[in-house]
Amino acid sequence: MFFETIAKVWQTGWRQLFIGVGNTLLISLISTIIGLLIGLLIGIIRTIPQSKNPVLKVVKKIVNVILSIYIEVFRGTPMMVQARVIDWGYAFIAGGQTLPLIPSALFIVSINTGAYMAEIVRGGIISIDKGQFEGAQAIGMNHFQTMVYVVIPQVLRNILPSISNEFVINIKDTSVLNVIGVAELFYQATVLSKLTFEIFATYAIISVMYLIMTFTITRLLRLFEKLLEGKNTYTIMGSQSDPKAEIHIKSEGRDGN
Amino acid sequence: METENIFTVKNLTKDFGTNKVLKGIDLTVNVGEVVSIVGASGSGKSTFLRCLNLLEEPTGGTILYRGENILDKNFDLSKYRAKIGMVFQQFNLFNNMNVLKNCMIGQQKVLGRSKEEAKNKALYYLEKVGMKDYINAKPRQLSGGQKQRVAIARALSMDSEVILFDEPTSALDPEMVGEVLMVMKNLAESGMTMLVVTHEMQFAKDVSSRVIFMDGGVVAEDSTPEIIFNNPKNLRTKEFLRRVLNEDI
Repeated sequence: MFFETIAKVWQTGWRQLFIGVGNTLLISLISTIIGLLIGLLIGIIRTIPQSKNPVLKVVKKIVNVILSIYIEVFRGTPMMVQARVIDWGYAFIAGGQTLPLIPSALFIVSINTGAYMAEIVRGGIISIDKGQFEGAQAIGMNHFQTMVYVVIPQVLRNILPSISNEFVINIKDTSVLNVIGVAELFYQATVLSKLTFEIFATYAIISVMYLIMTFTITRLLRLFEKLLEGKNTYTIMGSQSDPKAEIHIKSEGRDGN
Repeated sequence: METENIFTVKNLTKDFGTNKVLKGIDLTVNVGEVVSIVGASGSGKSTFLRCLNLLEEPTGGTILYRGENILDKNFDLSKYRAKIGMVFQQFNLFNNMNVLKNCMIGQQKVLGRSKEEAKNKALYYLEKVGMKDYINAKPRQLSGGQKQRVAIARALSMDSEVILFDEPTSALDPEMVGEVLMVMKNLAESGMTMLVVTHEMQFAKDVSSRVIFMDGGVVAEDSTPEIIFNNPKNLRTKEFLRRVLNEDI
């Protein structure tokens, strides 16, 4: 009985549901990436060393205040509310014109993720040994070079678990975008349930679909983490004279000094 | 022999809050000199060295590098630091790069050298410090002594005019101190200008051309190793040497 209902609902609406999956993945993937870029940019800006120039000092203070407000506002209000405020706010200002749905969904989720990512990146930067910054400065790198070539690559590796966490949260939280009518998975399910009157079956189906998405993504990112970790062995170059005499030295630990 | 000034330090002071660490340092260093800076912990040796490439911002005084005031507002700090090599107690190799890349990145990004040129230079100096076989290793896979030798190669690859050593052997296991000191000795013999903050009295005595004894944030004695170690003028120098040399035995 139950499975028959499921099959019936699936048959009626699988196309719509896959469109929903596509939109959910598209929005959460792109927004996580844009959010990460926002977070990294904020991380680089916030760590700029104090300038001696009084004008730059003031500029830096103002920028920092603006960034703090941005982070506090977007972390401190529900994304569902942000979605409505941005979408209807635009319509209010533009005299009834509405934003195209997918771009505004991307905008809302990205800017929301960016606020969280900024804090994750900040934690990542704090965790990097001060010596890494000094080593870079001592050979003449400026702040931007130090961050891009030395610090951020290490930060990214350290915060990868948090990034994949954000990604999974975004897959689930895009469901709130149904309030502005974005055709993501939850929205599609709502439409389908109204069509078939099988509310339980419809949402049971999309629970499984959400779970498959998040599970696959977590595993994929775990694999990526392993790849980034790199090989545990290296080849001593002197042994090249004899190709069979490769000496592999096992490292003692991940960060063993 | 004609001597050329590389550093002229005048009345250099540095406060950390209310803690006055440097209380007016005056010092001139000439090209080709190997200056050991010794003294008790907290005497300001490392702070002084770090002021020379502005890892610490001096509170007062002037530092001239080849006659140019490095504390000037319009002074090009990046370009200056590229010329001043620094070797740290904690090595500070870039953890995300292998040995070769560690010695190339500064050349490419700061000096604007081509990849080929940077690689050749890096290999040349890595060979000099005996680390050419390890170019593919990551810092975490090396011993302390190996890391420090790579750090020296990294500084040399930038074609530094001076190298500052901030207690380069203090974080090493005893059996690894020798290999690093050997590299430093060879470097000194090649004519490199070096300022070395160290607790290795044997190195100060045998390798350096000049020894500076710092005490309480000032230069208490500045002389040749022979005089400092055999016939120090300052009472505090005598006391310090008696303490550390006795410990050595």
